[in-house]
Amino acid sequence: MKLLEYEAKDLFRAKGIAVPPTGGTIRDLKQLAGALKRAGKAPWVIKAQVLAGGRGKAGGVKLAKTPAEAKAVAKMILGMTLISPQTGPKGVLVREVLVDRATDIDRELYLSIVLDRREGRPAIIASAEGGVEIEKLAHERPEAILREPIDPIRGVEDWQARRVGFALGLKPEQIGPFVKMLKQLSRVFIDQDANMVEVNPLVVTKKGDLIALDAKMATDDNAYYRHPEFAKREDLEATALDKEAKKVGINYIELDGNIGCLVNGAGLAMATMDTVSLAGGSPANFLDVGGGANADQVTRAFQIILKDKRVKAVLVNIFGGIMKCTTIAEGVITATKRVGLKLPLVVRLEGTQVEEGKALLTKSGIKLIQADSLWDAAQKAVAAVKNLPEEPAKNGAAKKGKAAGNLVPAARPQRKTSGGQK
Amino acid sequence: MSILLDNDSRIVVQGLTGSAGSFHAQQCIAYGSKIVAGVTPGKGGTTHLDVPVRDTVTDAVSKDGANVSLIFVPPPFAADAILEAAGSGIGLIICITEGIPVLDMARVKKVLGEMAAAGNPVRLVGPNCPGVITPGQCKAGIMPGYIHKPGPIGVVSRSGTLTYEAVWQLTSQGLGQSTVVGIGGDPIAGSNHTDILRLFEDDPETSGVVMIGEIGGTAEEEAARFFKENMSKPVFSFIAGKTAPPGRRMGHAGAIVEGGSGTHEGKTKALSAAGIHMIENLSMIGVTVAKHAKELVA
Repeated sequence: MKLLEYEAKDLFRAKGIAVPPTGGTIRDLKQLAGALKRAGKAPWVIKAQVLAGGRGKAGGVKLAKTPAEAKAVAKMILGMTLISPQTGPKGVLVREVLVDRATDIDRELYLSIVLDRREGRPAIIASAEGGVEIEKLAHERPEAILREPIDPIRGVEDWQARRVGFALGLKPEQIGPFVKMLKQLSRVFIDQDANMVEVNPLVVTKKGDLIALDAKMATDDNAYYRHPEFAKREDLEATALDKEAKKVGINYIELDGNIGCLVNGAGLAMATMDTVSLAGGSPANFLDVGGGANADQVTRAFQIILKDKRVKAVLVNIFGGIMKCTTIAEGVITATKRVGLKLPLVVRLEGTQVEEGKALLTKSGIKLIQADSLWDAAQKAVAAVKNLPEEPAKNGAAKKGKAAGNLVPAARPQRKTSGGQK
Repeated sequence: MSILLDNDSRIVVQGLTGSAGSFHAQQCIAYGSKIVAGVTPGKGGTTHLDVPVRDTVTDAVSKDGANVSLIFVPPPFAADAILEAAGSGIGLIICITEGIPVLDMARVKKVLGEMAAAGNPVRLVGPNCPGVITPGQCKAGIMPGYIHKPGPIGVVSRSGTLTYEAVWQLTSQGLGQSTVVGIGGDPIAGSNHTDILRLFEDDPETSGVVMIGEIGGTAEEEAARFFKENMSKPVFSFIAGKTAPPGRRMGHAGAIVEGGSGTHEGKTKALSAAGIHMIENLSMIGVTVAKHAKELVA
């Protein structure tokens, strides 16, 4: 899960990593005066607390020289819909801002620790060119980026930190503080079970001090059993439906399409979305029902899929491995009856006792479309959506229905499917 | 032959007495696998499923001749279980457990790397994987045995049910499998695509390979490079996640497009540029391999 800037900075501060003096976060203008006072003397920086990057360019980070300016800026940012390349076109709502004291800047550096999947251990990424988008820099001028592997047990060694510090062009008197900072940053990474900690920019002030001006962090969901504080935290990227699914052990991610997918297994769930798209349709979700595709779990999955009102048809794709297709068919039948499914339902079962399972589906009298392969199922689901009657036009219902389809609830985090991206 | 597992594999199940370990060990036994021991600390000396339970893996090695470990231990204790197996002289460790913290796996990787450097190589498959099966000989994992059939096609995959789908299509086309290896969906895995491709290339019983990948990481890109430089056998590949939104983990901890890396497009390009047969439509895996049957190395 990603942390907000101020959450990461709190963790940095606790480890002795220098961050700007802060007045904390506020959600209401009434809290501003107190925050400015806590932050110290002007000027201040007011920063939108959202997970997406590119906040500065999107107008979510502003300098304020007087309390009146601070008020105007905070008023503008609080409640704004911030749109950056990382948020997608719909943007995200800014619910809180961080009030920091402004820092004078002599140099900007880039410093992060990430998980190097290829090497199977963490690595330091650093550059003398801070404040830029590191992926862009890595692509355009890879030679401007330093990489230093970290031992996952011992953390960063002094000599490694010194080597990085000198390579960044720091002055001899800055090396000591830099070594301390980088070692502490690796402690944050290891102690918090992070996947990524990023300081961009790490600034050198005119006095020569090193300060982490910004902070980004992502933690490992698998390690929450040893970090109950993270487990309790709200996942800002998850929609209400995502969260509801998680509670009942269903892996669900809401997408923008209209064909609901109910699948067992994460890989097959992804491939089902891909196949729907290949057949000319658009998947409404990723859903892995988990190992036990029984009546209760399939019912819960149906209920979650159907809460997304954009769904126009449901595709069930289950590979009965150790669980027999007859059991799965019974589960689908029971679940369909329980939720009173009205939408077109395409079912593709495969595996042990598939013929018996299919016969059960036929015998049940439930209105459904059976498919032999995933490709067959995807084509049938796409056709079912295309053949749906138009929304009723009387009493302005069609207009209303259409508008509802386009409306985006404010709390719904924005994302796009990669179908449209290059 | 085959790779990793055969009739001589003697399996110790770590976590045999737990519900998952118990259920799947039974299925493995029913398939004909030699489960020679279980390990549950504190339950040594008892039996479970007619299999002797030991306190330590060392006991399972010395008393029962175990040479493969199959792990069903819960996430907080799984990394330790892997290290115990490695430290007890087990040569092949298959870890099914899902949800191991990634830094635990980084530590495991480091220790296994040091062991290999010291001349004690240990092969780890997984975690978060369905396991390994050599059809007709030995099944060490949670896959349904009956969908498999002995034959010449090697299968390596990061996903469980997606593997079953591919295997079932192959079997339906009359194409049997030499060995099927689930390497798992975690960001740090014991074995990657390249490791398994190398084994298949060297295995005289394997004449072609199906490689199932997914978005996230660079394992497929590295496999493309390995294929181009080192492989004579044809490889067929399907990559899941073309429609996955960037920045979101698609079920598997490792299935995520981050900062423009690990994309479906990048992987597809790298693989097809290397000369691997790319399969865009999942339902076409079986027929595509059948169509190219002449290319399969005799």
